[in-house]
Amino acid sequence: MINAAGGRDQWPLWEVFLRSRNGLHHQHVGSVHAVDAEMAVENARDVYTRRGEAVSIWVVPSASIVASDPADKDELFEPALTKIYRHPTFYEVPDGVANI
Amino acid sequence: MYSQALDQRDEHPDERLPDELEARFEARVAAEEKVEPNDWMPDAYRRTLVRQISQHAHSEIIGMQPEGNWITRAPSLRRKAILLAKVQDEAGHGLYLYAAAETLGTSREQLVDALLDGSAKYSSIFNYPTLTWADIGAIGWLVDGAAIMNQIPLCRCSYGPYARAMVRICKEESFHQRQGFEIMTTLSRGTDAQRAMAQDALNRWWWPSLMMFGPHDTESVHGDTSMRWKIKRFSNDELRQKFVDVTVPQADFLGLTVPDPALRHNAETGHYEFGEPDWDEFRAVLRGEGPCNSQRLAHRRRAHDDGAWVREAAAAHAEKQAPLLVDHGQSGAQRRRVAQVSP
Repeated sequence: MINAAGGRDQWPLWEVFLRSRNGLHHQHVGSVHAVDAEMAVENARDVYTRRGEAVSIWVVPSASIVASDPADKDELFEPALTKIYRHPTFYEVPDGVANI
Repeated sequence: MYSQALDQRDEHPDERLPDELEARFEARVAAEEKVEPNDWMPDAYRRTLVRQISQHAHSEIIGMQPEGNWITRAPSLRRKAILLAKVQDEAGHGLYLYAAAETLGTSREQLVDALLDGSAKYSSIFNYPTLTWADIGAIGWLVDGAAIMNQIPLCRCSYGPYARAMVRICKEESFHQRQGFEIMTTLSRGTDAQRAMAQDALNRWWWPSLMMFGPHDTESVHGDTSMRWKIKRFSNDELRQKFVDVTVPQADFLGLTVPDPALRHNAETGHYEFGEPDWDEFRAVLRGEGPCNSQRLAHRRRAHDDGAWVREAAAAHAEKQAPLLVDHGQSGAQRRRVAQVSP
């Protein structure tokens, strides 16, 4: 893409998500460059679905994704780590009790 | 995730000393933790990966040419469809790899420019010509076979985006090798002329395939650090030995002769012993003096220039559509209508 100053702009980056089968959720598989959404879908089809990997494609402008910083993971996820009683394995089921 | 948008430098400069960061990085890599785009990494690690991943990507893109040469002359519709699919896969592999390289803070344009101006390298093997149809068989069998040998350990590379791209590539690569071996099997069971053609292809591709693993470990420039950083898992010589060990029995099955008088099986070690590739030839090809170096680059430049108007038109179209979408478009159907009525 030639910009007004005569230099070349990078085509926008899009993140690609595929639904592999009906009933499953979309999963991130990679990214493509494209000038617009329509081209992003077509490029994603060509690059990521040559072997029937998908029944549906989502493309999202990469710049629209908000992500947590991996460096903050300890503080961010700490509340979950201390609450082991949220897992069924925390509880003791007495011998002889079934269906629970 | 391959996203560059997530690969922004932290606005708050890290207050830890570089030494401490480096020690933490080394410890993480040693513990087999994956490194992701946002993580701190030594500049040399970043540079090594950009060099290796982009060379790998360029190889996939240039690698389309020797095989593309035979698409219009494939001996049957079946072979033609298969070869088309294979060449299309190579383009896809190049794109997965460019995307992985871009996560390290370089741009697609920089990568492509480096290939076009000749400053970036690609695998020496693609500077050899494909003279007969049997070469398509030999490339799939030997060149893709050697590539798989190199690539499977890369699925465990310490850099996450590269490792994930390699998993995808390896899944697709095994069809490439099998279709090549199928061509070789058909030719070696054919007429005398077909068998001779298969043998001739093996004669010409055997040594360049062994060179694909790079120089001897004693002369490899990047080996030790790449091993410590878990970018590389096996040395060049280890991988070359593995390749010879699995490939020679396949040549025996085909009834073809590996063009190496020194080749013999050592019953004690269980490995094949083999002769020296012509390293002068290897270095000459890397210097750009191989049989097809200038042809390959000239072709790539021409294709790039010929496509310029398509890229410009696509960009102009997107620019023209953008304000219309903001003004009118809600549903996809509406957007398409807007696109149709626009001047």
